[in-house]
Amino acid sequence: MLDILQSIIPTALFYSAPLIFTALGGVFSERSGVVNIGLEGLMVMGAFVGIVFNLTFSDVLGVWTPWISIIVAMVVSAIFSIIHAVASVSFHASQVVSGVAINMLALGIGVYLTKQWYGKGQTDMVDQPFYTTNIPILSDIPIIGSIFFEGIYITSYIAIAFAFIAWFVLYRTPFGLRLRAVGEHPMAADTNGINVPRMRYIAVILSGALGGIGGSVFALTIASNFSHSTIVGQGFMALAAVIFGKWHPLGAMGAALFFGFAQSLSVIGSSIPLFENVPQIFLLIAPYVLTILALAGFIGRAQAPKANGVPYIKGSR
Amino acid sequence: MSQNKLFTVLVPIISVFLGLLAGAIIMLVSGFNPIEGYTALWNGAFGDSYTLGETIRRSTPYILTGLSIAFAFRTGLFNIGAEGQVIVGWLAAVWVGLAIDAPMYIHLPLAIIAAGIAGALWAFIPGILKAKLGVHEVIVTIMMNYIALFVTNDIIRNVLTDRQTTTEAIPASASLASDWLQSITLYSRVHYGILIALFAAVIMWFIIQRTTIGYELKSVGYNEHASRYAGMNVSKNIVLSMVIAGTFAGLAGAMEGLGTYGTISVMSGFPNMGFDGIAVALLGANTALGVVLAAFLFGALKEGAGEMPTGAGVPTELVDIIIALIIFFVASSYIIRWILLRFKKEGK
Repeated sequence: MLDILQSIIPTALFYSAPLIFTALGGVFSERSGVVNIGLEGLMVMGAFVGIVFNLTFSDVLGVWTPWISIIVAMVVSAIFSIIHAVASVSFHASQVVSGVAINMLALGIGVYLTKQWYGKGQTDMVDQPFYTTNIPILSDIPIIGSIFFEGIYITSYIAIAFAFIAWFVLYRTPFGLRLRAVGEHPMAADTNGINVPRMRYIAVILSGALGGIGGSVFALTIASNFSHSTIVGQGFMALAAVIFGKWHPLGAMGAALFFGFAQSLSVIGSSIPLFENVPQIFLLIAPYVLTILALAGFIGRAQAPKANGVPYIKGSR
Repeated sequence: MSQNKLFTVLVPIISVFLGLLAGAIIMLVSGFNPIEGYTALWNGAFGDSYTLGETIRRSTPYILTGLSIAFAFRTGLFNIGAEGQVIVGWLAAVWVGLAIDAPMYIHLPLAIIAAGIAGALWAFIPGILKAKLGVHEVIVTIMMNYIALFVTNDIIRNVLTDRQTTTEAIPASASLASDWLQSITLYSRVHYGILIALFAAVIMWFIIQRTTIGYELKSVGYNEHASRYAGMNVSKNIVLSMVIAGTFAGLAGAMEGLGTYGTISVMSGFPNMGFDGIAVALLGANTALGVVLAAFLFGALKEGAGEMPTGAGVPTELVDIIIALIIFFVASSYIIRWILLRFKKEGK
């Protein structure tokens, strides 16, 4: 039993980390009333920038490369997400359409520049990815230590910490209250002197930053290079986590952990007695089926922020 | 022509122009010659009768996915699930193609119908969830896309073949391939599917413009509450709209399965026909004729892109960037209208 937990839990944490970061971005954006189908594209951008930066600067920066790579990816994706903000907040474009375009654009730009700079459809493998570590002291705790703190990626714990920070920001600060108000009833918020477009811009840019971190963490822990098939569906799975987690940061984290767990089972499940007879396909589609069931109200009611997806036009009812 | 109609025509044209202009700027910035690039694109799409045939072939499923999304849009629904509906349609068409042995006049229609039904069923689930429980169709269809992708891959590996990645080719009795069309286009893969796609466009126009059903569907799209007050069955119309949209997308899958490839392979990612269909529908202003024209434009862009690396050294992905930008421009038509109105006022 201990062996099984020791192989499942670090893998689950490893697969969840990128989903948690990106889903938190989705929570910010959707809580402010901007639907973000573009999470996938923001992750693609993050993965692309993370890998390219890592390849270019690994000689100079040494072991610090992956950390600086995710920060750079965060900044670039945040800037990239402004396109979505401009289209859906200022230009009143359909947020879903704009999100679809973000996905296409990010992949187009990423692969175009990869071909332009490296002369082929995929980059080389990075020299400085994240490595697994044992967390000092904590990993010496009997049983728990070996399950949770041995051979894991620190990024997984940073992701979990981020979820708590996001919860604090959204539910315990004036900024968070305003952001949620804008997503529930923008007109009332506007009447109270909150700058609705400004809040939505900030929320979308936050989702870009977190999506960028998510994408680059995925690229630097799981994929190790960038090509058109580096990010396939992780962004949409993060979106599913947002909904399954009922638009709550900790809920989204829980959902992302669960999806990561399902993914890790589909990868290593065949070596575990309990799961060896479950066809892999059920584990692969589990996150998506569960999300539909959650939305349909079979697993608790998932209620979206009221003004989610509706452009705010001043003066209209 | 009324001002609204004028805008409906002008916005797509301006958007395409801006998209191509942005593409030219990107080529300039990254050190390519835009004239060479676009010449290669043109030659790749219309250079000779072979590329022309391939352009038509590539446009065929775009017409159908474009119709699918446009049709749902008319009822106020966003069918992002065209992608998954294409995949299950493709699977169903090839499955029937392989499993049944019959003369062509039974076999081929049966395979095509199977694809339509598969797509319709796949769209029925989000439709009924929206109609009965008010679940937003965008999220459900996205999830359905992934379920379609993984389940189809699993069926190809474990049911249709014995752990292979590609099925056997369908027999000639289920194939849309046409010797005649191939021979006049220097053996491109163009097939009779284009006729089905164009016929589907006529059907869409007929349903929307000339029938009570179409009137009700549009009415629900404009104002659900008023439609209910007027005695229409809103739930029924939502489901019906999704089912018809799903049928169109399923047929797009048949075009690939019975026409272009004659097989189905394990897919590592989406074939992207559904997502490109969103662009087609938007650019075509959700009308049948507009969709056909937009599908040919995107078919030509995508086909022509294949010539850009050899002809001008430009990566094919430039076209994806151009298409994404065109979507942004069409979606942000508010700002284009605003600028146009500004110009008008100043002109007076």
